[in-house]
Amino acid sequence: MIWNTDHWLEIWQTVRKNKLRTVLTMFSIAWGIFMLILLLAAGRGLENGIRYQFRDDAANSIWITPRITGRPFRGLRAGRPVNMTMDDYTQVAAVPGVEHITARYNLRGNFTVRYGDQFSQFPIRSVHPGHRYLEKTEMRRGRFINDRDIDQRRKVAVIGNRVVSGLFKDQDPIGEWIDINGIQYKIVGVFTDVGGPGEQRMIYIPISTGQAAYGGGRTIHRLMFTVGNADLAESQRIEKDVRTLLAERHRYDPQDPRAIRLFNHVENYQRFVALFNGIATFIWVVGIGTIIAGIVGVSNIMLIAVKERTKEIGLRKAIGAPPSDIIGLFLMESLTLTFLAGYIGLMAGIGTIELVQHLLNTIPNPPDFFRNPHVDIHAAAGATLVLVLAGVLAGLIPARRAAAIDPIVALRDE
Amino acid sequence: MIHIQQIRKSYRMGALSLEVLKGIDLTINEGELVSIMGPSGSGKSTLLNILGILDQYQEGEYHLAGTLMKNLSERKAAYYRNHYLGFVFQSFHLLEFKNALENVALPLYYQKVSRRRRNRQAMELLERVGLADRAQHMPNELSGGQKQRVAIARALISDPKVILADEPTGALDSQTSDQVMDLFREVNASGKTVVIVTHEAEIAAKTARTIHLRDGVVQNETHQVGAAS
Repeated sequence: MIWNTDHWLEIWQTVRKNKLRTVLTMFSIAWGIFMLILLLAAGRGLENGIRYQFRDDAANSIWITPRITGRPFRGLRAGRPVNMTMDDYTQVAAVPGVEHITARYNLRGNFTVRYGDQFSQFPIRSVHPGHRYLEKTEMRRGRFINDRDIDQRRKVAVIGNRVVSGLFKDQDPIGEWIDINGIQYKIVGVFTDVGGPGEQRMIYIPISTGQAAYGGGRTIHRLMFTVGNADLAESQRIEKDVRTLLAERHRYDPQDPRAIRLFNHVENYQRFVALFNGIATFIWVVGIGTIIAGIVGVSNIMLIAVKERTKEIGLRKAIGAPPSDIIGLFLMESLTLTFLAGYIGLMAGIGTIELVQHLLNTIPNPPDFFRNPHVDIHAAAGATLVLVLAGVLAGLIPARRAAAIDPIVALRDE
Repeated sequence: MIHIQQIRKSYRMGALSLEVLKGIDLTINEGELVSIMGPSGSGKSTLLNILGILDQYQEGEYHLAGTLMKNLSERKAAYYRNHYLGFVFQSFHLLEFKNALENVALPLYYQKVSRRRRNRQAMELLERVGLADRAQHMPNELSGGQKQRVAIARALISDPKVILADEPTGALDSQTSDQVMDLFREVNASGKTVVIVTHEAEIAAKTARTIHLRDGVVQNETHQVGAAS
């Protein structure tokens, strides 16, 4: 049926007969698809924007900072500081579900870092090997801090690419020694971080080295760990276990909201995922609504066409057109119209998005909340499916109406 | 060719039942040129619709070329109309957006005949009805007589067993009517069975046999001496 040139000729003849009607019908469908594509791309742009805000840190992580107790507990007064140590690190690491873990011992402010006669100010973090998974640290050369560095309190440093450009110019920094506050550190690795210039100026040293060099003892200032592929409920289970463990160890009320600050990224991330899903659903609902308006339009116009063509259909039946052929004729016409129009709308939509993207790339300060809008293959395939369905739906009622025409009535002379 | 036995047909109108055909017996042999006459309400249109397998009947039997035409599916009915019958209508019923050649070729489209062959046969028939030079003209560029000749060519293209014409000259002036009737007689002379429904005595006079209907029954038959076949 599809490859029968006669059918196409028949459709072409009827379409040509009613140019304006055809154009208007096609416009309503093209507009529907155009809007759907645009909405989908806009939704994607918003989603990309929000994901961009989350780009720096692992979305599946939980961060804990010790604070000061807010409630008295078991005879102990409120207002005691919670002092976390390396033992907390070891014990939390043992909690089931905890994947990569690191502690941080904070070294406040910027440090003067010198290499030969070059020097500059950089921030420093002393961390565990697991830290690279928490900050999405991307190694460019060499290695990150390892367990042996921690055990032996080695004076090694992993530096960001901006540190390299600040101190080393074109020289290979691996194996070179830098001076931080009078202590020599050997550079073992270079990294980059999507988190921006601030993260790329960072220098990482082993936490044990940092504690020893700056009088920290076994103190830690923050615990951060990832939870693998845990879903929201699982992450909350892990969160609860860790809270209980810490409350037990440091003897504070587990319900005390001020003793520690715990930030569950999974929860936050899930909330945004839910938001994206909501937006996506909304877009499909609105888009499909627009297309339904198009379908109703096509259907309506085709119904008028059937009425106008009553005599023709009656004649076709009288000279031997089987009902299936009449149905096929109208279905094919409606399918062809919707598909062609939809394709035009699809292309126009994609063209517009390309243009918007081009503009976003050229303006000096692109908005953070709206990035890289585009239509992926799924959305395009979805839209195409909707189109075919729309074509069939739009043609179905008129085609059945046409097939039901009684040639005797249709051909009766007035 | 056509054999009708005690055909009865009634229409339901709400609670009432209106009987239009009240037991018609009719036999038309192959190669006959027959007219059916009768005043309006005599049932001649209904009879023609039944002959044309466009309408059902409740009682009796209708055999067309030896095949019983009763309770056919739409698909079967379409098949028999396409292969056994050729229709000619009062108002021609040509498709306005197709040219003369395409109009003539249309019945073969439903026989899945290739376009090349369709158009060749259509051209032969247009030559036969004297309109070869009008093949590419659209219906609105043709006169009434020309339109009806195109319609007759269309009725002939599937090489049907019977040509059914419903008031074929009703929309034509007397001179063109004569030409069209001459064409029917010529078609009949080539061996086709032709049945013409008319209310004009002059037209009926040009057929060999006239069947007079009144109140849903065959009232009488007349035979014209000197008419065709």
